Amino acid sequence: MSDILRLLITDYTLRTVALGATVLGVTSGALGAFAVLRRQALLGDAVSHATLPGIALAFLLTQSKAPLVLLVGAAIAGWLGTLLVLAVVNNTRIKEDAALGLILSVFFGGGLVLLTLIQKMPIATQAGLDKFLFGQAAALVESDVIAMAVLAVPTLLLTALFWKEFKLLSFDPEYGATLGFKMRTMDILLTSLIVIAIVIGLQTVGVVLMSAMIVAPGAAARQWTDRLSVMVILSALFGAVSGVTGAVISSTMAHLPTGPTIVLVVSVIVVISLAFAPNRGLVWSYLRERRNRSRMRLEAVLGNMGLMARQHGQQTVGHTSSAIGAMSGGRIGIDARLRDLEQDKLVVQDSDGLWALTERGNQKAAEIMQRGVTE
Amino acid sequence: MSTAQLEIQLIAIVVAAAAALPGVFLVLRRMAMMSDAISHAILIGIVVAFFIVHDLSHPLLIVGAALTGVLTVTLVEALSRTKRLHEDSAIGLVFPLLFSIGVILISRYASHVHLDLDAVLMGELAFAPFDRFVIAGQDLGPRALFVMSGILLLNILFIGLFYKEIKIATFDAGLAASLGFAPVAIHYGLMTIVSITAVGAFDAVGSLLVVALMIAPPAAAYLLTDRLSVMLLLSVLFGVISAIVGYWAAHMFDVSIAGMMATAAGIVFLLVFLFAPHRGIVAVARRRMHQRLQFAGGALAVHLLNHEGSPEAIEECRVDHLGDHLRWEMVFALRVIRYLQRNNLIRREGDYLHLTADGRSLAREMMVQ
Amino acid sequence: MSDSGAKQDLAIEVFDLTVAYRDKPVLWDIDLEVPEGVLMAVVGPNGAGKTTMMKSLLGLIKPAAGQVRIFGKPYAEVRSEVGYVPQRGTVDWDFPTTVIDVVMMGAYANLGWFKRPGRKEHEAALHALDRVGMKPFADRQISQLSGGQQQRVFLARALLQDARLYLMDEPFQGVDATTERAIIDILREMRKEGKTVIVVHHDLQTVPEYFDWVTLLNVRRIASGPVEDVFTEDNLRLAYGGKIAFITGQNHDHPEVVEAMEGKEEV
Repeated sequence: MSDILRLLITDYTLRTVALGATVLGVTSGALGAFAVLRRQALLGDAVSHATLPGIALAFLLTQSKAPLVLLVGAAIAGWLGTLLVLAVVNNTRIKEDAALGLILSVFFGGGLVLLTLIQKMPIATQAGLDKFLFGQAAALVESDVIAMAVLAVPTLLLTALFWKEFKLLSFDPEYGATLGFKMRTMDILLTSLIVIAIVIGLQTVGVVLMSAMIVAPGAAARQWTDRLSVMVILSALFGAVSGVTGAVISSTMAHLPTGPTIVLVVSVIVVISLAFAPNRGLVWSYLRERRNRSRMRLEAVLGNMGLMARQHGQQTVGHTSSAIGAMSGGRIGIDARLRDLEQDKLVVQDSDGLWALTERGNQKAAEIMQRGVTE
Repeated sequence: MSTAQLEIQLIAIVVAAAAALPGVFLVLRRMAMMSDAISHAILIGIVVAFFIVHDLSHPLLIVGAALTGVLTVTLVEALSRTKRLHEDSAIGLVFPLLFSIGVILISRYASHVHLDLDAVLMGELAFAPFDRFVIAGQDLGPRALFVMSGILLLNILFIGLFYKEIKIATFDAGLAASLGFAPVAIHYGLMTIVSITAVGAFDAVGSLLVVALMIAPPAAAYLLTDRLSVMLLLSVLFGVISAIVGYWAAHMFDVSIAGMMATAAGIVFLLVFLFAPHRGIVAVARRRMHQRLQFAGGALAVHLLNHEGSPEAIEECRVDHLGDHLRWEMVFALRVIRYLQRNNLIRREGDYLHLTADGRSLAREMMVQ
Repeated sequence: MSDSGAKQDLAIEVFDLTVAYRDKPVLWDIDLEVPEGVLMAVVGPNGAGKTTMMKSLLGLIKPAAGQVRIFGKPYAEVRSEVGYVPQRGTVDWDFPTTVIDVVMMGAYANLGWFKRPGRKEHEAALHALDRVGMKPFADRQISQLSGGQQQRVFLARALLQDARLYLMDEPFQGVDATTERAIIDILREMRKEGKTVIVVHHDLQTVPEYFDWVTLLNVRRIASGPVEDVFTEDNLRLAYGGKIAFITGQNHDHPEVVEAMEGKEEV
């Protein structure tokens, strides 16, 4: 690990890779947070696949591999894909899911056709476009990172500038429209920024898996906070961390494509977030639920003992644990429950092994029975 | 045409037909993206099964992939049930992860064998004729043709046997459940055949492009018919056309066959999307224009009727009023008036409009609606 | 029908408003005049176009014909004078935001583009929350609210706009008694301040008690005017198509009669 850190500082290639991955992670994380909230996760998937023919066509038309040229081509194709999805959904009875799947797979198929066409071309420079499929961080050079930054900086600035409007758009667009904000324009702008965020990551993560970098950081960040601002910042951070970690690991190890490695890292972050984030963490809510259930079971035992005591007119009369168990929905585990109650000094066991309520237990049982009546 | 060419086309046709059948239900049940998730995710099942048996043609690969497919669906559903994520996010998280693991396993441990990343993305239809199905020294044909025909038969059987049940479960899951048709079982059955079809098509067209063959032909068919049986037949037909056109286009330009099949499927959809008789956008645009005119005519008739005989009628029934009160462009207003006059619904006397008897009954009719 | 623009005492004038989805008419040739300072209920069966009418008033839906004037002007010119309380179910209540944040959205219009809300807006939002009895909840995440509390947050957001005219879509739908009372109190305060409030309302029983003006709608305008003149059995029969089984005010045992006739969906 410390080796890698030293390399990061001294090694030019690795530094470039890390820088590029940071740019891509921050942008896709920040914009992806909005995509997650607006339920556009699958649109991200469609857009990233749809960019492939754009990359190939940009190369075919210009014969240039300049990163900005290819990325602009990608953005145009991604945009066109989005428009087509909208055109199909708005004008036919085909639903969004089918429109997305259709555009995604057909554009991607077209892209593969163009890629195989390019591979047949007698140009020395043709090699290297297939890095766009699964991403190749190690191939990042300075000009790539500059191209990425040129797209990323205005994207992030616009997001900050239109913060309030994007929040309104994501939460309650109709209300926003009544306030006089041009919500359609905002929708187009935000979707375009998401397309750009996707395009920025294509070289590093690849068209096949880039959608994960849009969805995963946002989905993870959502678990930790209930504030949009914190969520977007956290999402950008998660994006950067997973981008850098994945890119560095993949470029220091052989036979480890970058895209899948980054996806693996970001998925670990998602799993940790889903499980352990305070409040929303599934582990906590599981434990909470278990605690509630066991408390309710104990209360049921106590309440039933109260009932039995009332029937006998006397709290101190003891009962066998099996009799109490029979009333409280089963004898399994009844002894352990009685011991728990005993520890809280709510019940006592006499020398014959019979259980009875203590004074405190009796009060508590009365409360429970009272609550049972009013509920 | 050589035998190999013929065999490749036969395989392509069978793959396309087998994919189109379950695709119809994916489109109707709004689960198209689930097929995308499944086709990505089965890679890990194929890879793991391959590591166990070291044979790409072993039936265990199909079992492994089918299991992963169902696992994907289960995982997505479990994740969205936690309410921590929307369903789209859940899909968008699960399949990239499973696909990534599959890709990493291939590139680290299997890159020197038959399984490589290009094959994952595009399949190897061109090489399919080399892998023969030989029994007792007898060459029966390409193995892929037999496998895919088997899967096609399975799909036909599944849909044929449970036609009524799938139909009800698709259009009214609640009713299906109350009739005892177990929509959940149908759901998982469908997901299983989608997974099996995806893994069968894996060799031929790769893991992603099968999505195009599953979604595009049924989506096109959906714009042409309201009947499920017709939609199934049309989908298969479109799939077969895409396969043949795709093959020859690929042959002509010497490019990826699978990619061309997906592209051809897209073009078939595009043509239907544009020119379908009732639901194509050309027809829709024309109908909307007519409807707008018809509707505006009705609105004007209702308007005239509402104010007929009232003191403000003079004001309300003037031609130049239409622009003012109904907020219509004068050009449009005049078109509406001409439309109504043509159908003998109004009379125009100078600047004033009067309903005819027909116009009055039209207005009443429209108000009852 | 009057000359538009001249009358200052009319909050809303609607002329010949017709709205259609595709070829299905939702509102037919509506004429409507609402004087300033009234508390008006909009009632009608499901699919009567109540929500559509509200959205048309707000310029959210483009009508097929007709026009709307608010305080004698087109909506776009008096936007800041109009506050809107949408149906609770139209937003994702799991959105990562706090109560005070949602309420501050009411100040966005005055802020205009780019500018962020500051201390002044924060204070105003707290005050608005106080008015609906939700001040202690200011920093709560919105998913932790009950339905009634959500409704009050929406109301506070509209209050922050300090508009002259308020449009509220089913603010009483599925709320608790506390919220219903809180909303009624606010409505009465608003009337005292001379504001005009239009409420899409479901519960016919409470119309005479809560409102002084009413519009009965069923695709067409059935009737509109002071409650005591317009809220008659005949008009209700017209609006609800004769299926209505009870008369206003008397039959307090069966408020659910109307509910039972309403479907779940609203156009």
